[in-house]
Amino acid sequence: MFSSRIQRVHRNSIERGVKVCLFACTSVSVLVTIGILSVLVIETFHFLSSINSPFDFLFGTVWTPLFYEQSFGVLPLVSGTVLIASIAMMFALPTGLLVAVYLSEYAPGSMRRVIKPFLEILAGIPTIVYGYFALIFVTPLLQLFIPGLAGFNALSPGLVMGIMILPMVSSLSEDALHSVPRGLREASLALGSSTAQTTVRVVIPAAFSGLSAATILSLSRAIGETMLVTIAAGQQPRLTWNPLVPVETMTAYIAQVSLGDVPAGSLEYQTIFAVAMLLFLGTFSLNIVSYWLRKRFREEYV
Amino acid sequence: MDVMDRNYSCCEIVCFSVVVIVSTSFIACGNTSNDSLVTIDGSSTVFPITEAVAEEFQHVSPSVRITVGVSGTGGGFKKFCAGEIDITNASRAIKQVEIDACADAGIDVIEVPIAYDGIAIVVNPKNDWVEELTVDDLKKIWEPASQQTITKWKQIKESWPDRELHLFGPGVDSGTFDYFTDVIVGNEGASRGDFTSSEDDNVLVQGISTDELALGFFGYAYYEENQHRLKIIGVDDNNDDNGIEAVIASPESVRDGTYQPLSRPIFIYLSVASLRKPNVKEFVDFYLSGGTQSLIREVGYVPLSEDDYKISRNLVGSQLLE
Repeated sequence: MFSSRIQRVHRNSIERGVKVCLFACTSVSVLVTIGILSVLVIETFHFLSSINSPFDFLFGTVWTPLFYEQSFGVLPLVSGTVLIASIAMMFALPTGLLVAVYLSEYAPGSMRRVIKPFLEILAGIPTIVYGYFALIFVTPLLQLFIPGLAGFNALSPGLVMGIMILPMVSSLSEDALHSVPRGLREASLALGSSTAQTTVRVVIPAAFSGLSAATILSLSRAIGETMLVTIAAGQQPRLTWNPLVPVETMTAYIAQVSLGDVPAGSLEYQTIFAVAMLLFLGTFSLNIVSYWLRKRFREEYV
Repeated sequence: MDVMDRNYSCCEIVCFSVVVIVSTSFIACGNTSNDSLVTIDGSSTVFPITEAVAEEFQHVSPSVRITVGVSGTGGGFKKFCAGEIDITNASRAIKQVEIDACADAGIDVIEVPIAYDGIAIVVNPKNDWVEELTVDDLKKIWEPASQQTITKWKQIKESWPDRELHLFGPGVDSGTFDYFTDVIVGNEGASRGDFTSSEDDNVLVQGISTDELALGFFGYAYYEENQHRLKIIGVDDNNDDNGIEAVIASPESVRDGTYQPLSRPIFIYLSVASLRKPNVKEFVDFYLSGGTQSLIREVGYVPLSEDDYKISRNLVGSQLLE
């Protein structure tokens, strides 16, 4: 009796210890997020209050904070980011969707077991490898067909980024297609539709919100990618939609400045926080939209 | 009971891994404060020389470990004056603000010139229209006012193609950038901002060698190392004393002073405190011995005369006596 009480007290204290330990681990991630956010907000505020007006930052077309005639218009960096991410999506979206349709609707189980690991390997390649793949293999290859292509350009890292996010697009899309109830497919097939008709007219529309969520999540990954574009896209902020010339993305600018020796606390240094804040707001709102879409789509069939 | 046992082992694993992590970080910390380490940082232009000398030195004294970093001349001085490194490479002389920063930190600076370097002006080998530029052309291309205005080759010379001009140059922390803007634009640090800038000269080489419309500048040694991928062009300083024609950067034109205004001495900077460390002293003595002259030539720079090195050796010796 007595010993069992000791055991119980002992067990309770361990339970409590484990609980505290688990809570501490969870709070680390929350605290880190809060910490990062507050640093971003504070430094961005300092930056915005030292330049003429926030509009110069958001709508200016010249970005030369490190140079003699300083100008803080972030649009060239935004255009570089959007340009490369769009090229990546133009490649990854159709390809990824087709891969997902094949895996979910057509591929026999044995084939799935072979293809899926390959896609996962693709997802496991470090991005710096993709960067050099773009710079020293894809760019020279493209130059054979496109005479005006510069050594640093948006096209080649864009395409390679498409390859990089392909596993993400296809596996998220496959999940979306997979969660369409079997009954819908069977009803369509029973009415005499072919598999192709069922896929295009029934499964894809039913999975639409899930597919949109997949697209947006991948887009947010493409926008946040750093190493690949730092290596292969060049380091020249340029407001252009021409994919054949060197551009610089927001992430590449941050990487460039943090590798150099810009003194901490200076206005030049604060620019990277302002750019990071903008980047964060972009990917954050994309993630929220995707979350909202996914939630809606889960409710439909549960 | 069973559950409790499992809890215990979980805790044990966590504790054990914490111990492992903490102890490995202590081991890692212990290594960095090693006295046999000579730390060097700074200019990417001087890097090839210092690295070659360091490699040779390791054959002589294998027990001394030398790390040579690249963070630009300005970046190197920042670390040097913070006492983080023993020696800094510099592709320009130290500035007054940097002397002050070092003095504030109580670091006595010794300047040692080690070689001459020329800044090479290069284009892509497929570029068949430009063979030479005058100093005025260069100024027109690089001055701040040209930003977003001079964007086509045609704007420099009427007969050149109406195609985009893609510029490449060292980053703002680079001594090469400081020197170039000083002698070409006439105001140190003043340049346009819409070009591909990198502290890493290899990035510039890669960019120029793969872009038909490129024009860029960097230390001559990086041209020599990549001759087959680049085309070097002559610079005419409009001063007939240095030859009426444009002069191309080469070891000869840099040494005899005709490659003007883009040739200059490059340096290493030492601190008296670091020199007191036997390994640093040994390395510096090796650096300034006559044996490194051929090494400097090998990596594409122009060595000073034997007498110059002797003066530096004496200077280093006398500083230590004080």
